[in-house]
Amino acid sequence: MQTSAQSIMVNLEGRLGSFMLDVAFQAPMRGITALFGPSGCGKTTILRSVAGLRHIPGAIAIGTDVWQNSRSFRPPHERPVGYVFQEPSLFPHLSVRRNLVYGRDRAAGSSGAIRFDDVVDLLGLSHLVDRDPAHLSGGERQRVSIGRALLSQPRLLLMDEPLSALDRMAKDEILPYFEALHANLSIPVLLVTHDIAEVERLADHLVVLKDGRVVHASPLNEALTDPNLPFGRSRDFAAVLAGTVTRVDPDGLAAIDVFGTEILAIGDGLDVNQTVRVRIVASDVSLARDRATQSSILNLVPARIVGIDPMGAAEANVRLSLATDGSAHFVARVSRRSVASLDLRADDRVVAQIKSVSLAATR
Amino acid sequence: MLTADIWSPIRLTLELAAITTVLLLVVGTPIAWWLAQSTSRWKEIVATIVALPLVLPPTVLGFYLLIVLGPDGLGGLFGGLVGLRTFAFTFEGLVFGSVLYSMPFVVQPIRNAFEAIGERPLEVAATLRASPGDRFLSVAVPLAKPGFLTGAVLGFAHTVGEFGVILMIGGNIPGETKVLSVAIYDFVETLRWREAHILSLGMLVFSFIVILTVSMLTRRSGQRTF
Repeated sequence: MQTSAQSIMVNLEGRLGSFMLDVAFQAPMRGITALFGPSGCGKTTILRSVAGLRHIPGAIAIGTDVWQNSRSFRPPHERPVGYVFQEPSLFPHLSVRRNLVYGRDRAAGSSGAIRFDDVVDLLGLSHLVDRDPAHLSGGERQRVSIGRALLSQPRLLLMDEPLSALDRMAKDEILPYFEALHANLSIPVLLVTHDIAEVERLADHLVVLKDGRVVHASPLNEALTDPNLPFGRSRDFAAVLAGTVTRVDPDGLAAIDVFGTEILAIGDGLDVNQTVRVRIVASDVSLARDRATQSSILNLVPARIVGIDPMGAAEANVRLSLATDGSAHFVARVSRRSVASLDLRADDRVVAQIKSVSLAATR
Repeated sequence: MLTADIWSPIRLTLELAAITTVLLLVVGTPIAWWLAQSTSRWKEIVATIVALPLVLPPTVLGFYLLIVLGPDGLGGLFGGLVGLRTFAFTFEGLVFGSVLYSMPFVVQPIRNAFEAIGERPLEVAATLRASPGDRFLSVAVPLAKPGFLTGAVLGFAHTVGEFGVILMIGGNIPGETKVLSVAIYDFVETLRWREAHILSLGMLVFSFIVILTVSMLTRRSGQRTF
């Protein structure tokens, strides 16, 4: 695999007991790349290898900076990563403040590009800095551990299921901070997760793993709508498309430009020019040959059929393209009887009636 | 009135125990760290050697020490450098013997404390740019503090109570090797019951305080000592 100045390159092949890891993928130098797969697929091992906590033969490079290859292995403390573990793992003998600056004070030639006050603001830690870690809630601890990782001035942020140890409430509390992070920092992130909701909300790029191998690697929505991957089989399967808010109407609806198509959504808290993720659940999309003249459904958008994949005996996923160039895929889950009665075929132009559009994330 | 017969062994004992404890912390910490971290197959062998004084009769340990410290052993060899014929029957010899004798009481609690920390805090420190030495000093040692305290208290107390080894390698030289336990034995032998009572009661109270201290330290840190 070629080393590219603009990507994170991971190429590992080795045995761990009876488990065989054989992965090769590249992730972009910006945005969040989710390593997704069931437990035991090797995703945490990959993350630990990137951090240098584990030595599996192979090569790892961040841009042109080689961290590991067949001749060299850089030890973990010489790799500029920020690692957020599943459990916050704050140092119990240090205050929150001293936890936060532990890595910053050790970062070699720290130019201090990521400043203490900014991190404290971004993660809402100002009222916590002088406390003892033992007196924080789970969500607060994880925020501190993220801040601690950021302040070590990383070139790459590694997150190992940072939300999975938190309960529902703590998760809801911390997710907006992740989105703020995503929007405000240019540090690339490798995020290990097995939660598709986290992927939809946070990931830009997806690496799907199974049994120690890479099954698929692509931008998020390409992966979600790929008929060869199992995502489409899920009942609440959704496509996630990036869009920009163009208008917020007085009646509360926002117009969002998604690959040249205007989609309406509830505009609560949205601002013009804001980038949002439009989540289109397949079972909320129905298809018509013509534009219904009278309908309560707001979003009646022209689309082109890219492919039709049977789902069980009665249903089918109709893959649709929103954009004229054939990109921006989303899916309609319809009955096979409807496919037959409308005589739907690939390349047909149809009207997709999208009952509801939710925004997976705003940023 | 208490005589110099009583004060001299007390002073000597405290001196011996203090020096031994300091040396044990210096020598025992790296051993404890290695035992806690290593995956070497020699680990359990080393751990067993360190633990030997727990079960070995002190006279046996003393006998071998006598040979090692004596004129024909290492004692003669190194003693020659500082103008001594032997290290047996000297205060320095007692220190050497006490370090070996009390070693398990210091190494074991520190090792347990290091092991109780687990891998994670050290991994976190590594990803935050701390070098191995830095991780040891800034994370492992502070987190193992209760183990150090317990080890120091136990090592000190165990050295204070030492008898068999001392009798074998130190004999009974006033002001040089005549420590508390030997002095009590001596007082009883010479029917000086009053002095024997005073020293014994003192040891009883001391031992009580030590064990209470250790169990309180252990409880506070939630770690097992043994």
